[in-house]
Amino acid sequence: MKRNRMGLIALIAVVAAVVYPFVFSSTEATTIVFYALLYVAIASSWNIIGGFTGYISLGHAAFFGLGAYTIALVADHLGIPGGYGLFLVALLGGVVAALFAVPMGFIALRLRTIHSFVIVTIAYLFMFQLLAFNLLGVTNGSSGLAIPQPNWSGAFFNMPFYFAALVLAVLTVLLAYWIRNSRFGLGLLAIRDDEDKAAGVGVDTWKHKFAAYIISAVPIGIAGAIYAYFSSYIYPQTVFDPMIDLTIVLSAFLGGMGTLLGPILGAFILQPAQQLLTFYTGAAGWDLVLFGVLFLVVILLMPSGIVPTIVERTRRARVREAVQKADETVPTPDANPAAGGGPR
Amino acid sequence: MSEILQIQGVFAGYGGGDILRGMDLNLEEGTITCIVGPNGAGKSTVMRVVSGVLHPRRGEVRFLGERIDQLSPKQILETGIVQVPQNRSLFPAMTVEENVRLGGYILNDKQLMERRLAEVAEMFPIVKERGKDKAGSLSGGQQKLVEFARGLMLDPKLVLLDEPSMGLEPRILGQVFGTMVEMCRRGRTILLVEQNARQGLESSDRGVVMESGRVLLDGPAKDVLADERIGDLYLGGHVH
Amino acid sequence: MNLVFGSVVLGILSGGIYALMAVGLTLSFGVLEVINIAQGMLVVVGAYLSFALESYWHIDPLLGLLITIPTLFLLGFGIEWAFLRPLKQDRVALSILVTYAVALILEGLMGLWFGDNFVAIHAWYVDAAINVFGLYIADIYLIGFALAIVLLGAVYLLLYRSKFGAALRATVQNREAAVLIGIDVQRISTLTFAIATGLTAAGGMLFGATTAFNANSMLDLISRLLMIIILGGMGSMGGALVASLIMLVSVDVVSVAYTPTWSTFVFFALTVVVMVVRPQGLFGAPPARKV
Ligand SMILES: Nc1ncnc2c1ncn2[C@@H]1O[C@H](COP(=O)(O)OP(=O)(O)O)[C@@H](O)[C@H]1O
Ligand SMILES: [Mg+2]
Repeated sequence: MKRNRMGLIALIAVVAAVVYPFVFSSTEATTIVFYALLYVAIASSWNIIGGFTGYISLGHAAFFGLGAYTIALVADHLGIPGGYGLFLVALLGGVVAALFAVPMGFIALRLRTIHSFVIVTIAYLFMFQLLAFNLLGVTNGSSGLAIPQPNWSGAFFNMPFYFAALVLAVLTVLLAYWIRNSRFGLGLLAIRDDEDKAAGVGVDTWKHKFAAYIISAVPIGIAGAIYAYFSSYIYPQTVFDPMIDLTIVLSAFLGGMGTLLGPILGAFILQPAQQLLTFYTGAAGWDLVLFGVLFLVVILLMPSGIVPTIVERTRRARVREAVQKADETVPTPDANPAAGGGPR
Repeated sequence: MSEILQIQGVFAGYGGGDILRGMDLNLEEGTITCIVGPNGAGKSTVMRVVSGVLHPRRGEVRFLGERIDQLSPKQILETGIVQVPQNRSLFPAMTVEENVRLGGYILNDKQLMERRLAEVAEMFPIVKERGKDKAGSLSGGQQKLVEFARGLMLDPKLVLLDEPSMGLEPRILGQVFGTMVEMCRRGRTILLVEQNARQGLESSDRGVVMESGRVLLDGPAKDVLADERIGDLYLGGHVH
Repeated sequence: MNLVFGSVVLGILSGGIYALMAVGLTLSFGVLEVINIAQGMLVVVGAYLSFALESYWHIDPLLGLLITIPTLFLLGFGIEWAFLRPLKQDRVALSILVTYAVALILEGLMGLWFGDNFVAIHAWYVDAAINVFGLYIADIYLIGFALAIVLLGAVYLLLYRSKFGAALRATVQNREAAVLIGIDVQRISTLTFAIATGLTAAGGMLFGATTAFNANSMLDLISRLLMIIILGGMGSMGGALVASLIMLVSVDVVSVAYTPTWSTFVFFALTVVVMVVRPQGLFGAPPARKV
């Protein structure tokens, strides 16, 4: 029954997302949700390694940038014009990201401690940024690259991008859902709980982490390519941007790390907030300050994220109700509600 | 004989529900009491409550008649209780002597520190013999003895030993338990937790069986040892 | 040949300065088990403070340290007390987010106050140079290296010759045992973070006197500093020093002998390769047992 209800809510959400651009068709309205959807995909995908296993990667923006450069370079070299065809090329961004993820994951995951893993992933991002700056012959360095633009006009321009982001978001969430409910996902969660114990009960922790790392690169690579196509021009510092990683982790965290709903919620709160903030403060520095403050307040008030906090509160409220009911009938001084299992 | 430690109706946990649920235990001065029980019963949690690392949610702990359940670990050390924890607890990159001296971290009297060091070294020759070696280079059994030595730097009245035999070769268990008995003979009260229940109980005066955060059985060690219900608990309590 | 020799010398001198910036990072990791992403930004804040003192009130940057070090000490104290201490669960993830947020706030504030133009700290010894065996070296590098050695030496003495240092090392090596012998681990943590941040003021002044910077420099800095402490072995002070020297010497030599464009990349790549062979870094303990 509960599962059906969740399914229904998901269906309603998707329908709402499909209808939205027809109701609010202004460029501003579709752009905001386009970015939110893109980040739903990115954060949900990151969550497969970062949230499920607890290996916080701060370098997944490297895959975003790889996807972005892939679409720019392929379109340029094969002379593909702007149009629907470029969305197929965007898929290549995911493939390239996965190919790079193999050696990157191999090295970073050898490091046993999560701290070193985090740092090496940060290093990855900066290495790719340096490469993009320095490989002048390929990337055009700091002058950046243009992506051919379609000749869609007016308010319609955003539509194909919007739906591409929506499809990517839905597929990524489904992927995460499927993993979360598979044996593979169970192994990942066990690793987050206690890696040694997971290994002790027979989880091949290395294979699990490695696979999760590679899988999580793919949707982000595609998202990077869609982003590049949408923004028409890319620079090393805009696509290999540490802020992207921060936004990913914060979205996943804000909603609730390791939950399915968390990254979706987080992206939908954070993306619009970030854009409005930049819009109203003019990016002079106040946007950073406000963003930082917001983020500190949330972390300190809700250290486990929105979804787990709400789940926990409602569970407690329910238990309290149940205990009260029990008290009315049979007084049980020894009722010990707090000993149940945690939220899923 | 008087009661040195009284634990009464203690409820305590780590934030996710109570681990100890109505724990009661009184210790006679100058005796060795051994707690046995399955893994996860809350034995170490009892130790942590007594040493002040964890504060009980309900109930009280008295030491020599005074409430200690809301004191900090440092204040509890000052009252005369020392805990030797379950895992290896030496500072591996420091020398044996530095480790033992750190046992007297809260002492501010230099002369007292030197005197205690001499006393401890007399009881534990290894403190002098391997004094300049890194603690991490000692064998497991040697490390345990140094941990005991470190614990005695404050001349405690009550010593909490959490599974001192864990991970040690059977060959040196005798020495470890022998040292414990010797500590008791010199006037200290000892609360011991042991997975290795037979050997633990054999060296003790009193035996306490814990399960699910409560005391299940409490009596003279040899009676507990003879109780046939103990056999079942072993099976529940062994990891391997 | 002479050029390469010169770059080695310069690399060693600036390596000392980087060690001063990195030591705070490795100390707070060791004691608090926190990766302080704000470290790069704290360097920049230290640099801006010295810059402001010098350009508004004409206070010599070296003398100004008497003001900037205590100021950053207090800032570090506040950050630990307000933002790190409350983190109980998920410390790895949360501390990264929290310190990243602190970095953003400071970056925003510095940008608001000082704009985004690149600035550099001036003093007579920044602009003067002396001739060492036919090699011209700006005085600031010699002064910076000397200052770094003095301060790192002071940290060493604090760690290995004081009661506070013994408590600090004990906390690093076994937290639970440290609590059980009566060490107030929280107090040690706050003080360590404050001291680490205070030292960063000196690193920041030297950074600002040897490099033009703006608020955005923090990204470049934090990536380099993280590479240094991971190469040296996280939590190891000696490791941080050696890794700083390796980094700066290799960067400077590659710059001169090959091309400046690839120098940083070469170091990053080198570090990643070292991590494959030696995951715990040069001086790190092999993976510690779980406590
Ligand atoms: N630091 C901790 N945080 C959360 N739970 C803990 C912690 N230490 C122990 N526990 C839990 O408390 C229970 C009892 O643990 P413990 O007292 O160590 O048992 P014992 O020593 O009898 O084996 C176990 O279920 C364990 O998972
Ligand atoms: Mg135990």
